Amino acid sequence: MVWSIKNMSDIATLQRVLSSSKTIAVVGLSADWYRPSYFAAKYMQEHGYKVIPVNPKYQEILGEKCYPDLASIPCKVDIVDVFRKSEDALPIAKEAVAIGAKHLWLQIGVINEEASELAKKSGLTVVMNRCVKIEYARLFGGLHWFGVNTRIITARKQIPKP
Amino acid sequence: MTDHVYGFDTLCLHSGQIPDSDTGSRAVPIYQTTSYVFDTPEEAASLFNLQTFGNVYTRLSNPTVAVLEERVAALENGRAAVAVGSGMAAQMIALLNICEAGDEIVAAKTLYGGTHTQLNVNFRKLGINTIFVDSDDPENFARAITSKTKVLYAETLGNPSLNILDIEAVSKIANQAGLPLFIDNTFASPYLCRPFEWGAAISIHSATKFLGGHGTTMGGVVVESGKFPWDNGNFSTMTQPSPGYHGVRFYETFGDFGFTMKCRMEGLRTFGPTLSPFNAFLLLQGVETLPLRMDRHCSNALAVAKHLEAHDKVAWVNYPGLKSSQSYELGQKYLPKGAGAVLTFGIKGGAAAGKKFIESVQFLSHLANIGDAKSLVIHPASTTHRQLSEQEQIDCGVPPDLIRLSVGLETLEDILWDIDQALSQT
Repeated sequence: MVWSIKNMSDIATLQRVLSSSKTIAVVGLSADWYRPSYFAAKYMQEHGYKVIPVNPKYQEILGEKCYPDLASIPCKVDIVDVFRKSEDALPIAKEAVAIGAKHLWLQIGVINEEASELAKKSGLTVVMNRCVKIEYARLFGGLHWFGVNTRIITARKQIPKP
Repeated sequence: MTDHVYGFDTLCLHSGQIPDSDTGSRAVPIYQTTSYVFDTPEEAASLFNLQTFGNVYTRLSNPTVAVLEERVAALENGRAAVAVGSGMAAQMIALLNICEAGDEIVAAKTLYGGTHTQLNVNFRKLGINTIFVDSDDPENFARAITSKTKVLYAETLGNPSLNILDIEAVSKIANQAGLPLFIDNTFASPYLCRPFEWGAAISIHSATKFLGGHGTTMGGVVVESGKFPWDNGNFSTMTQPSPGYHGVRFYETFGDFGFTMKCRMEGLRTFGPTLSPFNAFLLLQGVETLPLRMDRHCSNALAVAKHLEAHDKVAWVNYPGLKSSQSYELGQKYLPKGAGAVLTFGIKGGAAAGKKFIESVQFLSHLANIGDAKSLVIHPASTTHRQLSEQEQIDCGVPPDLIRLSVGLETLEDILWDIDQALSQT
């Protein structure tokens, strides 16, 4: 698996996606504390987002009711965050469009151009092959404490958190 | 909309620092602290689990050191970096991140003497064996690779032989074998050469040299390109649960900066070669003027090399910027802005004449370092490479008469004057 900086969404888009959202449905969220999906969801929850777990295997994760699929979620969803195999992304993108989500976020290693195109055509913003937690920490603080090249150049004080 | 791409000089001044929200301090604050208070027990647990990004203990991370890390990562156009207490610690942490007992390293035989000893003596004691090859023919790396090989290791410019590695050719050999190429890029600095552009996976610096640039401060940096596929089947320590950090899978969890996170949470945490925050501050001061200094280092060094080449007391001169150099063609490719500050030469009369030269210089400093703003001179066979046998010295490019010069930023006419007056006494 190779990550490419070339496909990165621009900073303004990422800021808009994260600042305009309150609810994140995490598809494929694991209840195991050491799994990356759990890391990311717990982090976003701690930073003020409502995390809605989507996984038919569980009843509840991180203190939130877990739904078997996106269609079962009774409330409005801003970001659909996908922790599934790349080939599973297309039906999830269709579901995301169907429930009126604003943004489709495919995690690191989840690459599916067809899913991306479908969501974009329906007006969703698409972020692909990036981690929601890492990008949040990159833009709003945290990641720069670990020597990661955030590519943020500014002489203004720290950006306020959304 | 695409993000603006900043130039190298801007990155030298700004990367890694967001002015802090409380004070607005323009200079990078020195966080001279060992530890950081937690808000709650839950937050502390999250930090230890790496579930949130934050500081716990300066052995692992520090906000001043982090600015240096991000800045050097940006200069190398890499994904992430980790800074440590010296260049030697940097290569140790980087190599031990993926090598264990039974593994092999294939390395250029012209490495700096201290590096050669680290691999040939200290790593061998740990059960990690290094095969040293003549790096001037890239195919020698291919011939030495076995099923036990984990990494290829070389310097942009050999020290002190100043042979330039064909980075692109060796990268290709490494990548075909599913192995990363680690490059010690100390002599070039990211201003003159960026190994990732030629396919290297990891770049290592002794920041003590040109990054710091003023001979005040020890430090080292490991930079990760973010492009190496650690899940290709050869690096289970990157993909399997870490026994050293409660089962974290570094590549899966941190992706393209997983190598750096593993260096930090395993290497720095358990071996402990931390960079002091104050030293990080001093190194950052140096990095701000890196492009200006490197341009002057290179123009002064080329002028000194040409002057020595024409001098009737000088037997030979080796500088990759000279057309007479074996590395001239590779230099045009990999170091187009200049061939660096360091050159070597031999005086007619051999080692004895060399000794007399070093005794006779007025302001060239006789010491064991390179990359100071001041001009430096040394006789490696009796100092930096003294631990090697004479044959080993010759093998790694150190004949007995070799004098190494790290040309500084003084007025060029003064440097030439000092060299001439010292040569006249030999």
